[in-house]
Amino acid sequence: MKITQISIFLENRKGRLYDVCSLLGTNHVNIRALTIAETESFGVLRIVVDKSDLAIQLLRDHHFVANFTDVVAIEVPDQPGGLASILKILADNDVNVEYMYGFVEKFSDKALLVMRFEDTEFAQQVLAKNNIRIVAEKDIEGL
Amino acid sequence: MIWREDVECAAPADLKELQSGYLKKLIPYIYHNCPVYKQKLDKAGVTPDRIKSIDDIRRLPFTTKEDMRDHYPFGLFSVGQDHIREIHVSSGTTGNPTLVGYTKDDLKLWGDVMARVLGCAGAVPGDTIQIAYGYGLFTGGLGFHYGALEMGLRIIPTSSGQTARQLKLMQDFNARIIACTPSYALYMAEEAKELGYDPTQGNWKIGIFGAEPWSEAMRQEIESAWNMLATDVYGLSEIIGPGVAQECHHKDGLHIFSDVFYPEIIDPKTGAPVPEGEDGELTITTLTKQGIPLIRYGTRDIVSMRLDKCRCGRTSPRISKIKGRTDDMIVVRGINVFPSQIEHVLVGIEGTQPHYQIIVDRQAHKLDEVEVKVEVEQRFFSDEIKRLNEIRDKIRKEIENVLSIGVKVTLVEPKTIERSMGKSKRIIDKRAL
Repeated sequence: MKITQISIFLENRKGRLYDVCSLLGTNHVNIRALTIAETESFGVLRIVVDKSDLAIQLLRDHHFVANFTDVVAIEVPDQPGGLASILKILADNDVNVEYMYGFVEKFSDKALLVMRFEDTEFAQQVLAKNNIRIVAEKDIEGL
Repeated sequence: MIWREDVECAAPADLKELQSGYLKKLIPYIYHNCPVYKQKLDKAGVTPDRIKSIDDIRRLPFTTKEDMRDHYPFGLFSVGQDHIREIHVSSGTTGNPTLVGYTKDDLKLWGDVMARVLGCAGAVPGDTIQIAYGYGLFTGGLGFHYGALEMGLRIIPTSSGQTARQLKLMQDFNARIIACTPSYALYMAEEAKELGYDPTQGNWKIGIFGAEPWSEAMRQEIESAWNMLATDVYGLSEIIGPGVAQECHHKDGLHIFSDVFYPEIIDPKTGAPVPEGEDGELTITTLTKQGIPLIRYGTRDIVSMRLDKCRCGRTSPRISKIKGRTDDMIVVRGINVFPSQIEHVLVGIEGTQPHYQIIVDRQAHKLDEVEVKVEVEQRFFSDEIKRLNEIRDKIRKEIENVLSIGVKVTLVEPKTIERSMGKSKRIIDKRAL
């Protein structure tokens, strides 16, 4: 139950983030979750959207370098130690998290997180075995 | 001083006779010893017996940098490898470097022409010279070394870099002559000030600067910074290294040692000589070299040439400073850089296509900096920063390997590098030379 993230290469230039968001916005693509990793000269924008096929087509048509990346969305108890409990399970099972970030919305009283693993399949097995709810693509679309 | 008055001040008719004699020997020598040249000459319909005087040089075919590359490593040599005593290489346009080899007599010739260079700049036997050109495969360091040995100078072979030590040795050994790239001379003046030393009080009184293009403005800057005479030396490894031409203290053109390196100024479009004083490609025939003699070698440097006698007494033709190139080569910190070398690296790295741009800049009184911008492509893009940094570092390392100078690589978005007529503008040179 992976979900699709779109990763976009962006130079550190004024207005580039706006260009992406306005392109998606005018075409009625809704951004559900977002994070930016930056270096001194460039950054990588990572987003989860409701219409990823349309979004990547739009981006590539406008000369952005954009790829699909498999990520896992999970529910995390929204209370002190909630995230730590999940990270402990991952660490105990030797699962390495490349990066993670939060969703804007949530289904329940639990927080919704996007996680990128080195080995996505194995990470999912570990999460499932420990009864951590993995959110499906169609759940995201319904948000 | 004039090291070789017999040739440097020879009457034009005597010089011509000397050159004619050399050419009449050179062509049969090459024809019988270098199969590649034999084929070239046969194709041009020139048999050795048709060469009667230096004027017949126009019948001969040109030699190009591509010929050097195509016949790498030893195809253009006229002697067997057992006669080669030293080998040097410089940048090639792609893949292979440009290779040259010297016989024992070629090294003697190099020493002789470099002694002329030193004399022309104002050195006299007994002087102390600090050689801050790189020693090694680059011809700069050793070329000056051989000339200084020939003239009988005291040599401080510092090679390039380590500026604080350069300045200390200059003072400790009272070096009167400095040989290095002009940009390094300016850089050292700035460093000297930083170290609390007044460069106008420096020991160096004569500078012999070359291996990169520089302007009159830069000369004035160097001369006032160091309170010295700054002269220009010209050469290229294919011909001999430094030692092809040198300015005297009148700074009114570079005296080319035409008795051994016969110069022609050729219109690159037509292949015909241009009238005296007009710009064209400097084309040189090495009249006396044995190892890898070259016939009408196109240097790709645009210069003009004048034939009148200089106030210093030398009758040799004088070439202007380099006014441009017939190709897109640039010189960075004395190193020749061809965009095609960088293209070659990029093509070699999987997933990278050659959409790139080279930006060369020089902050005031600093050394040249090179930035290579590479457009990110779908194929090697990753959502992980570390993968992108890995690609960037791999590109940087491979470029540095090929060019032997440090570069900065920046990944940029696709279609951001300016394209003109469908081709990217490969080089942005922001330096005020």
